[in-house]
This record gives sequence, structure tokens and C-alpha cells, in this order.
Amino acid sequence: MFEPFILPLFGGVLIGLAAGGLYLFAGEIAGITGIARIAMVGSKRSSYTGWSQRSWAVAFIAGLLVAGLGAVLWAGPEVTAGIEAVAPGMLLVAGLLVGIGTDLGNGCTSGHGVCGLSRFSPRSLAAVATFMFAAGLTVFITRHGGF
Amino acid sequence: MRAFASFIAGLVFGLGLVISGMTSPDKVFGFLDIAGQWDPSLAFVMGGAVMTATPIFWLARRRATPLVSASFDTPPKTPVDRRLLGGAVLFGIGWGLSGICPGPALVNVAITPLAIGGFVIAMVVGIVFSSRVLRPLLDARQTQQDLPDLAIPAE
Repeated sequence: MFEPFILPLFGGVLIGLAAGGLYLFAGEIAGITGIARIAMVGSKRSSYTGWSQRSWAVAFIAGLLVAGLGAVLWAGPEVTAGIEAVAPGMLLVAGLLVGIGTDLGNGCTSGHGVCGLSRFSPRSLAAVATFMFAAGLTVFITRHGGF
Repeated sequence: MRAFASFIAGLVFGLGLVISGMTSPDKVFGFLDIAGQWDPSLAFVMGGAVMTATPIFWLARRRATPLVSASFDTPPKTPVDRRLLGGAVLFGIGWGLSGICPGPALVNVAITPLAIGGFVIAMVVGIVFSSRVLRPLLDARQTQQDLPDLAIPAE
């Protein structure tokens, strides 16, 4: 059996390489919700115009999807274990909250958690502490709150 | 070249999410549920990622331009405000309810499209609703509050 920390650490190193690499090569922040928004509507901060503003973001998402396809072939259903246990209605509510929250808060686990902390951004540190606390409290209430 | 570099970054990022266990709500709940059978292993994901990305960001900042693109994107340096923290609270609640954050959601589209489809559609609706409706509303309110300061009587 694998030491339980080895795979998370290795996966984290890959995520860090990808996030750092995207900044070093393309100059872009690897925040998934930011990338999703840029893929859809572009970015006001970009020095590119038209499709070139969005092309890199679409390419990044394509990379994520290919990684998912690879996981289907390489691993089994355990890589998404637990997803079927979440009620479909709950997934809709959660998706909406995640979408609104990450847009208003300018980032999620990747943008604030990985890129922001690596850039020593005080905004990201505040955001990470806040969403970690909110997520932990939500799990505590739903699991131990008598529901 | 810029799009190719991004594609490779997305691929490596996605593989990292799968290998680390972030694509499984069970693993995420195990990490977030500190009052249950706490599984701290996912702390090593963010730890490993930040440890690896920090020197690369440091290296990048010493350059005038990125290797294959015109300029660096610089996130806002505005102070921590209610909008940032309020957004983080909403995101945290959504993450705690589902065990899914945006990166794993997109990777899971290719693994279990039926199970994750609703979440991703709702997330996209949320992003569009926030950027098209909520942000303009909040901006308008902020400008109104700022107006008295700007209204300097002309001599």
C-alpha cells in the first residue's frame, strides 16, 4: 500500500509545476474559474484582442479534459469516488454557489490557493483562510449538525 | 506556441488533480471533516503545489516578459474587501456541500459527464450571473457611495 501522503504530494508538485509553468511561459495565472471566464468572454487585462485573448484559456481547459480522459483509461471509477453520493439537487446549488463565489472573490482553490499563495498575495491568503473555514464549517454542520 | 504551452499546463494540472485525489468528493470530505475521521493528506496537495510554484513564480518575476507571450497578467493589488471575503464564503459553502471545486469539476467532465454535468452548468451560470449582474450592481452602489467625496464644489 502507498504511503497515503505520497500521491497527494506528487499530485501537488505536478499542479505547482503546471501553475508556475503557465506563468513563466504564457504569463497567465492558473486560476480555473478565471480561465473558464476568459475562455467564455475574454479578459479586460489582456494585451491580446479577439480570439487570441481566449485561445490559451480554451487550450488549458482542453488539457484538463484530456487529463480526465487519461484518468478513465489509466485508473478506475475510484478517482471520482463519492460523486454519486451527492444529491443532484445539491450539486446544482453547490455549482451555483461555487460559480458566484469564485467570480465575486476573484478565485478558487487554484487561483488563490496555489498561484496566490506562491506569489505571497495578502488578498489570496485572506481568501484561502476564509473559504477553508467556510467549507470546514459547512461540512461540520451537514455531517455533525443532526441532519 | 502560447496555446500549446497552456494545453500542456492544463494537462499536467489535470493529471495532478487526479493523482492527488482532488477529483474525489470522498477524499475532499475526508479532508474538510476535521471532526470525523480526519484525513489530512490533501494538505500535501496545496503544500506540494505552493512549494513547487513559488520558485517558478520568483523566477518569472525577474523577467520582463514571459517566454512565449507578450506580457504577464498581474492580478489586482486592491485591499482585502467585503467582496473578496463574501465571495470566498459562498465558494467555501459550495465546496463544502459538494466536495467539488472548479478544477476537479472540469476534469470530471471527461470522466463522469452525467454525474458532474449539472454542477458544471450551474457553475457557469453562476459565473455569468455574477460577472454580468452582481458585479455591475455592486460597482454601481460603490460609485454612489463614493460620489459625495468626488462632489467638490466648483469655485
